[in-house]
Amino acid sequence: MGDHHHGPAKGLSRWLFTTNHKDIGTMYLWFSFSMFLLGGFFAMIIRAELFQPGMQLIEPAFFNQMTTLHGLIMVFGAIMPSFVGLANWLIPLMIGAPDMALPRMNNWSFWILPPAFLLLASTLFMEGGAPAAGWTFYAPLSTTYAGPSVTYFIFCIHVLGLSSIMGSINIIATVMNMRAPGMTYMKMPLFVWTWLITAFLLVAVMPVLAGAVTMMLMDVHFGTSFFSAAGGGDPVLFQHIFWFFGHPEVYIIILPAFGVVSQIIPAFSRKPLFGYDSMVYATASIAFLSFIVWAHHMYTVGMPVAGELFFMYATMLIAVPTGVKVFNWISTMWRGALSFETPMLFSIGFIILFTIGGFTGLMLSIAPADFQYHDSYFVVAHFHYVMVAGAVFSMTAAIYFWLPKWCGRMYNETMGKTHFWISFIGFNLAFFPQHFVGLAGMPRRIPDYALQFADFNMMSSIGAFIYGASQILFLYNVIATIVAGDPVSDEKVWDGAEGLEWTLPTPVPYHTFETPPLVK
Amino acid sequence: MLKLSNNPIVNTSAKLAVTAVIMFAFVFVVMVPLYNVLCDVLGINGKTNGQAYTAVEARVDESRTITIQFIATNNAGMPWEFSPTKTAMKVHPGAVNDTVFFAHNPRPDAMIAQAIPSISPSRAAKYFHKTECFCFNQQPLDGGSSAEMPLQFIVDQDLPRDIGTITLSYTIFDVTDMASGALAAR
Repeated sequence: MGDHHHGPAKGLSRWLFTTNHKDIGTMYLWFSFSMFLLGGFFAMIIRAELFQPGMQLIEPAFFNQMTTLHGLIMVFGAIMPSFVGLANWLIPLMIGAPDMALPRMNNWSFWILPPAFLLLASTLFMEGGAPAAGWTFYAPLSTTYAGPSVTYFIFCIHVLGLSSIMGSINIIATVMNMRAPGMTYMKMPLFVWTWLITAFLLVAVMPVLAGAVTMMLMDVHFGTSFFSAAGGGDPVLFQHIFWFFGHPEVYIIILPAFGVVSQIIPAFSRKPLFGYDSMVYATASIAFLSFIVWAHHMYTVGMPVAGELFFMYATMLIAVPTGVKVFNWISTMWRGALSFETPMLFSIGFIILFTIGGFTGLMLSIAPADFQYHDSYFVVAHFHYVMVAGAVFSMTAAIYFWLPKWCGRMYNETMGKTHFWISFIGFNLAFFPQHFVGLAGMPRRIPDYALQFADFNMMSSIGAFIYGASQILFLYNVIATIVAGDPVSDEKVWDGAEGLEWTLPTPVPYHTFETPPLVK
Repeated sequence: MLKLSNNPIVNTSAKLAVTAVIMFAFVFVVMVPLYNVLCDVLGINGKTNGQAYTAVEARVDESRTITIQFIATNNAGMPWEFSPTKTAMKVHPGAVNDTVFFAHNPRPDAMIAQAIPSISPSRAAKYFHKTECFCFNQQPLDGGSSAEMPLQFIVDQDLPRDIGTITLSYTIFDVTDMASGALAAR
């Protein structure tokens, strides 16, 4: 290499063969956004069917395929890869590393994802249709009663699990080995901390999911009876294995979101994060507790009372470290010099709505009460408050926050704020009424409902359409920024932002920190 | 610390990859057997013991009478007629009781069935001992034929005093395909 830097290669091969963490991060982000639109399109079909009671547009079997694919694509295709993309872009910049530790594996982790989801989406055109057992694919619905698409689905899960495990190994190897001199663990930005812990969770539980789908594969094709009572197996075993993966999974989704908000709130409060150490310990405690609460998803399977009590108390305990986090974010804002640019609006929206989702989670953790709430729309409302207003809002905030740094162009602030308010109103209109219909007894995953739920469902559908449409505005704003946004050249795009990534030139060059910075 | 390579990045990555493989194996070699052992030992999930029970001492507790209810269910798609001949029995703890279930195969071909028991309340499962049960084995029936399938059981004298009724439910599954595969393999 001479004294000039290599730029990116030209044409398609740049993207196919790249080992650059920024290119791979960008690809992850665009891929996850396209999956977000696809999963969102399925959600629009669901809400259109539920706009009125009675069967209007689609067959019940297709409705089941829509709820299943919506869940699978949003969890595994949109939210998880978007945070991996963010990790790729930001972790090397935040710890002062020139790239990820394993750049070639990084390329592979990304490029096996699109074929996996193509395989999953292709099942829509198969005879018998796409998987329809819900994103939780409980056996025997997903084994004995599944169509031929289940084999495609299993392969898709194997591949994306492999991608997640490789991505996590890469992140841990980077954070543990490639921090700049002086960057001790307790000096790392909180986004890096939350991702380090998330990556450990992923390495621990993605193989469990792989084990669950492997057992399904063996039950379906090789005559074993892991989940078939006729052969001495037990369908409840599936639920235990699935949720042993599934509960850490929800923290895998939300912990990086906590990290993002912990970067953005101090920047627009112009104060350091309140209680940094307690944030780190709270994240670690949540990660630990996530392994011992899985059965709170299955209180109604007929567990002994001692089991119900254990899982109930352990679940309630999670409210303590989560409460510490919410307290710290609010304390960071307390007496800060606040300003309300779009990333800050989304972060504050996150805190308010995530806290509502946290409280409904606390209600659901109470075993006797859960017997009423179980599998109702109350649960749907709860997890959309934490998944959408939690993970997706924080992801949106992250894009508005770091996009100007990445591409050296400022987004349109008015359009950004409009996006926030339309999202915020649309989201609440869509999901707040679902609490009430759920408490009144409307079950989840049904294409038709009793007449008394009609008004709230219509409101819900209108809200969902508004929220869906606001994402088109977001897409337009992002493309308009990249193509023709106002140029920015300040190293600190935001005057209150702190961290190594803001010491780099704007836009961030293709290669950064080839000589490690010294952290004091 | 364990060191797998002199390159620190390779070392970290290799350890994590090994962890992932261990977690994958953990599902098969720990979670599945542990689940079955726990259900067995704690008697939860309404699972009754799959082995015949040999009574230790035949002391009949005539001071208590327990009602045993029988329920028979067909798994989806199972065409057999399957029912208890008596839907309820009153028994004393410690006494040996006999009953039979009726089964009829309406199809022209021979079929093989497997009955799976479940006890409610699940707490009672470990006090309900079967000395002989049609559920211990697969039950073949020729096309169009019927059978009376025997069940012999003892309710344990240690059954908690607050339990006055035990419901024994059988679900019958069609295992013809699975069993004939096993026969062919033999």
